[in-house]
Amino acid sequence: MSSSTATIGASSPKPKIGSLANQHRWSMRASYSALSVFVVIFLTPPFYMIMTSLKSSAEISAQQGNPWIVKNPTMENFITLATNEQFQRYFWNSIWVTALVVLISMFISILAAFSLSRMGFKGSNVISTGVFLTYLVPPSLLFIPLFQIVGSLGLINNTWVLVLLFPTLAVPFCTWIMIGYFSSIPRELDEAALIDGASYPQILILIFIPVALPGIIAATIFAFTVAWGAFLYPLAYLYSADQATLTVGIVRELIRGDVFAWGMIMAACVMAAAPPIIIYTFLMDYYVAGLTAGSTKG
Amino acid sequence: MADGSTMVAGAQPSISPAPRNTGSLKMLARRRSTAALMLCLPLIALIICLKIYPTLYAVYLSMLDRKMNNFVGLNNFIFLLGQQSFHLVVFQSCLFAITAVIAKATLGFILAHLMHNIRGKNQRIWRGLLLVPWVIPLSLSTLTWWWLFDPSYSAFNWTLEWMGFDPIPFLGTTWNARLSVIAVNTWFGAPFFMIMYLAALKSVPEQLYEAAAIDGAGAWQRLIFITLPMMRNIILITVLYSLIVTFADFDIVRILTNGGPQDSTHLFATYAFTVGIQSGNIPRGAAVSLFMFPVLATLAFFVLRDVLKRNKEVAA
Repeated sequence: MSSSTATIGASSPKPKIGSLANQHRWSMRASYSALSVFVVIFLTPPFYMIMTSLKSSAEISAQQGNPWIVKNPTMENFITLATNEQFQRYFWNSIWVTALVVLISMFISILAAFSLSRMGFKGSNVISTGVFLTYLVPPSLLFIPLFQIVGSLGLINNTWVLVLLFPTLAVPFCTWIMIGYFSSIPRELDEAALIDGASYPQILILIFIPVALPGIIAATIFAFTVAWGAFLYPLAYLYSADQATLTVGIVRELIRGDVFAWGMIMAACVMAAAPPIIIYTFLMDYYVAGLTAGSTKG
Repeated sequence: MADGSTMVAGAQPSISPAPRNTGSLKMLARRRSTAALMLCLPLIALIICLKIYPTLYAVYLSMLDRKMNNFVGLNNFIFLLGQQSFHLVVFQSCLFAITAVIAKATLGFILAHLMHNIRGKNQRIWRGLLLVPWVIPLSLSTLTWWWLFDPSYSAFNWTLEWMGFDPIPFLGTTWNARLSVIAVNTWFGAPFFMIMYLAALKSVPEQLYEAAAIDGAGAWQRLIFITLPMMRNIILITVLYSLIVTFADFDIVRILTNGGPQDSTHLFATYAFTVGIQSGNIPRGAAVSLFMFPVLATLAFFVLRDVLKRNKEVAA
């Protein structure tokens, strides 16, 4: 708090013109040092995650010296996990569920957004509003009735239940993002195409999808994040280990009794967190743009 | 789905002959809106089957007895209202949501300002570093927090002892556990506020600050009279939205404390899970989560009002 007021205060121009550059340099320095403190705090858990994942069980239980630093780094935990059939299963389940959910969600939301933003029909406004409202319905409100519903469909303890349910988490927001991007495409573009005799599918595939590609990337990342990290639905509906995805597999199956194999658990977390982190490293700008576009521009 | 695309394809020939009279124009319009409706069908089906229907079904479920044979009216709700442990759930959910959202919004505001001082390529790198908590799947980072809070192996306590303080039982006592849960939620959610506020800050015209500076406004005045009013909308929407998400949060409490010690950290979601799925009392679990509904609906109403109002402003 004090650091921020200090930086804001520092950037205020004083009557002396010669000191403006100094002021600016000072404010930069203060900002950097305050941010460094925050970065250290924010990155403590991931850092500790990685450190622990490199420790052997013996080193963890010995409790000697500084726990923040690994003394004898070992890849043992990672190798054990990578060759463990159960863990491979979780990983594979997460991968195919996520891939299918992303495909389904994007298919549904691109079609709907195209229709809602461009073609329009009676009540399309109501649906746009409704989509936004359903985005505000959290999964924790619905998981109990859904338990009965998927139970009656015979999908309890079947990974496919996630393919059915995860789109409900991703589609409303993806549609919302896509409506925003599609609406920003000038109408002249598709009117011209219409006059030239293009059909709606052609307009969608040849004009809208390429032009709104940043939005599509943002929505895809969102769907991916939701499907990869979701915890409540798999925890509630999948109880046997071979059906579990990564999040539930790690939380429920790796923690056994009171012999906590924390090196192993943290190694599993590192491996499970790697795909989103890699994706965000390369595509973060798209995602941030997609996320903030709707809110700051309307 | 296939029907949807063929319908659109079917609409194609009707477009190419230039419509002369109003009759064919009307038909064209009608075909177009049918095609549009078809494209929306998957979305509508998804929302009706997996959002609206479950909500209504939850209301029905909550009025059954444990074996789901008899209709018991509002008994489940009345029973819950008389329970001491449920009072704790209501208290903790409100405390958790309000405190965590205030903390996240404040931290996000500070971070956004600091970030705004740094321009160009550096900003990208720093922003990326601060976004890490938000990128790691929450259930996994919460596990790490659990490990950091572990009673006998806590790395935090090692550091405290090293600095000469007494160790803290982070998850052992009621208020410590409550604060720990809030801290983890703040850690996870502050980056989201940061990027939203950063985007809002960037959209404030620089001239306003220049004009204010010429008029002799200080830093504090500029914050109060320019930054805050210009960011008012986005602050409101992010706070309301975050209140909804935080109020309905599940992952952190489930993994970190599972409601303990003595049911003092249960939120609606985790309590509903314990009652409904773990103890197998589906109707009562449904009743627990339905208690969230009035709060969520009120918040959603305000979010929606704001979003629609702003859309109108932008359109105008």
